[in-house]
Amino acid sequence: MGKIPNQAGLAEGLDTTLPEPAVDDEVREAEDRRWTPAKIGLWVAISLLGAVAWFMLALVRGETVNAIWFVFAAVCTYLIGYRFYSKVIERYLLKPDDRRATPAEYKADGKDYVRTDRNVLFGHHFAAIAGAGPLVGPVIAAQMGYLPGTIWIIIGVVLAGAVQDYLVMFFSMRRGGRSLGQMAREELGVIGGTAALVATLLIMIIIVAILALVVVNALGESPWGVFSVGMTIPIALFMGVYLRFIRPGKVMEVSIIGFVLLMAAIIGGGAVAGTEWGAAFFHLDKVTIAWGIIVYGFIAAILPVWLLLAPRDYLSTFMKIGVIVMLAVAIIVVRPEITVPAFSEFASRENGPVFSGALFPFLFVTIACGALSGFHALISSGTTPKLIEKERQTRFIGYGGMLMESFVAIMALVAAISIDRGIYFAMNAPLALTGGTVESAAQWVNSLGLANVNITPDLLAQTAKDVGEESIISRSGGAPTLAVGLAHIMQQFIGGPGMMAFWYHFAIMFEALFILTAVDAGTRVARFMLQDSIGNFVPKFKEASWRPGAWLCTAIMVGAWGAVLLMGVTDPLGGINTLFPLFGIANQLLAAIALAVCLAITAKRGVFKWLWIVAVPLTFAAVVTITASFHKIFSPVPAVGYFANNQAFSKALADGKTEFGTAKTVAAMEAVVRNTMIQGVLSVIFVTLSIIVIVAALLATIKAVRTGGGQDHEDPPVPSKVYAPAGLFPTTAEKTLLAEWNALPAEKRTEKVGHH
Amino acid sequence: MNTVVKGLRGFATYIGSLMGADAYQKYLEHFETTAHSGPAMTEREFWRDRMDRQDSNPQGRCC
Repeated sequence: MGKIPNQAGLAEGLDTTLPEPAVDDEVREAEDRRWTPAKIGLWVAISLLGAVAWFMLALVRGETVNAIWFVFAAVCTYLIGYRFYSKVIERYLLKPDDRRATPAEYKADGKDYVRTDRNVLFGHHFAAIAGAGPLVGPVIAAQMGYLPGTIWIIIGVVLAGAVQDYLVMFFSMRRGGRSLGQMAREELGVIGGTAALVATLLIMIIIVAILALVVVNALGESPWGVFSVGMTIPIALFMGVYLRFIRPGKVMEVSIIGFVLLMAAIIGGGAVAGTEWGAAFFHLDKVTIAWGIIVYGFIAAILPVWLLLAPRDYLSTFMKIGVIVMLAVAIIVVRPEITVPAFSEFASRENGPVFSGALFPFLFVTIACGALSGFHALISSGTTPKLIEKERQTRFIGYGGMLMESFVAIMALVAAISIDRGIYFAMNAPLALTGGTVESAAQWVNSLGLANVNITPDLLAQTAKDVGEESIISRSGGAPTLAVGLAHIMQQFIGGPGMMAFWYHFAIMFEALFILTAVDAGTRVARFMLQDSIGNFVPKFKEASWRPGAWLCTAIMVGAWGAVLLMGVTDPLGGINTLFPLFGIANQLLAAIALAVCLAITAKRGVFKWLWIVAVPLTFAAVVTITASFHKIFSPVPAVGYFANNQAFSKALADGKTEFGTAKTVAAMEAVVRNTMIQGVLSVIFVTLSIIVIVAALLATIKAVRTGGGQDHEDPPVPSKVYAPAGLFPTTAEKTLLAEWNALPAEKRTEKVGHH
Repeated sequence: MNTVVKGLRGFATYIGSLMGADAYQKYLEHFETTAHSGPAMTEREFWRDRMDRQDSNPQGRCC
């Protein structure tokens, strides 16, 4: 039984005319362990600053807390986690070896497998993992106060989220860039592998549907938003044609043109929505917008990539980096005072208006992206591992990239809690509670009995006017709240109150852009997974170019998420409020699946002593998601349990009632009965599949522990003929080695290293 | 002043490679170092091929 593959052969295979492809182990270890006074001083300072920041957030109970403490608490904890915890994982669990070539080197084809500079790949990977998720979840979770969310985002990422991304990326890299599904099949056998595949597919459908629901809620009855987001389609089409026929390959040029057009669309949107015809034409209700997105999703998924998806992706990446840098700078410059309490009145209850359920487990599923996101396992396996230059860089790209996403989540949380709490609840509670008018909403919010909350209808009307919307009541889904918060912060930074409407729609625009890109790409990926699965029975379906098969599978996928989307849009209970927990549960069940696969792989490598590094986040994710699922399935409280609610409404219908709870008609009551049944059944399926995968992984792990290891599915080691440093800043030893490589005559290098 | 210009240029190059603007250049570099029977693809052909391969090999984007 081979544990870690014998590396002895590597040394013999090394090209002796070249410098070493790795820093000597002893030199590196010595460098790591040498603590100079300056180094000690630096880490003491980081630890002290972090401790002070956590003290300010968690223990000092003043009227307000300054946003800058969130930044310090997050950054200092990330630095410590990165420097110490991820190093433990690297040294004892993964044991990367730079003498071994990465897939980008031994499979190099100049197209999919290309060695990429680590700093570029860091940004690339980050842009692929970060989207609307970390911007939405923390906003919704703010119902419970700022502290539970902050702790989970920061501690969760260090011990769980970043660990998952790092492990999956490393194991996939050692397997030539294999996908999570393929690894699950190899490591867990047919049953575990198939369950993982089906679960992944279903989870993708739910995730796409709920992301689309966020867009629908942000654009419903908003002519400005509909116009500017709608304009992204012709802009993307233009960019696609430009790149294909006019100036191929001029990516930066077309992205800048696209960006300028996008800004014009936001400004133009205000003008168009200001006219009578514009307001009438672009004023769409949510159901119409949902159908629009469904039709769009189908067309976008069958059009060639170059026409719509690729240019939209460029635009989205461009915006993502710009927005995140801007938000970070603005928060640091403006440093808003936060008046939201650390724990709100809803932290100890399970009937909050924004999402129902108790803090444990529901806070931990409401915030998925930013703390622990299973979806990342799909990105960290596959694409990024094919581009990594050296094995040791996975810590920086995998672990570090996820820390970066966590920071985005913290900033979104800060932006959302910088607005008045009364406005927050008026925006995020379902229509059935707020009543939809400023008067009824203000009355309802004031009746909640929240400390320091006393809101007037005028304030709600004025806020809506400031951001250029007719109404902000019950704009649930997180995106509009974040947009108001961002507009509030940004106008203090650039432009003053007159710019609030622009900043609001700028925020809505980028969130919609990220989400629509994820919808496009998600539908395509899901379609291929379905085609591949059906292909096992009807081989014709495996041919990607066979149109009828592609169209049929696309239609099935779009139909599936479209149905869930419509259900959410028309749900009398307020779709996002009942469906968002399902999104988080789905995402974290995927994380549990990914971690389970990693656990089995780790055990087969024979490093039992360090198995807890994987077991801790896996246990946590499994307990949280399975408990949350059981609450959703078995809870007798109708607000929490899908089936309890189903029975309550069924009984009301049987009793001949014509209204019940928040459903005011018989049709609405029937909708609740239908929706709760579907949501309940989906919960049952998810949790069952995940338990199968976890059990399969545990069996594989136990077997490996008993036999002292297991079969290794890594690609055979190939000696490396290139070198590049591991992290952002090269160490002294790395610089010395790099200098040796750079001194090499050009023809001696197999390939030019890194930069050009 | 020179360092500012240099810094900005470095940043622009970084964003460029992040967006994948240098993909053709990388392809050519790879092409030059390996043996081939035919000539390398032209820039136009390369981008066409790149996008068309994505059609049958989609890359996920996260939430």
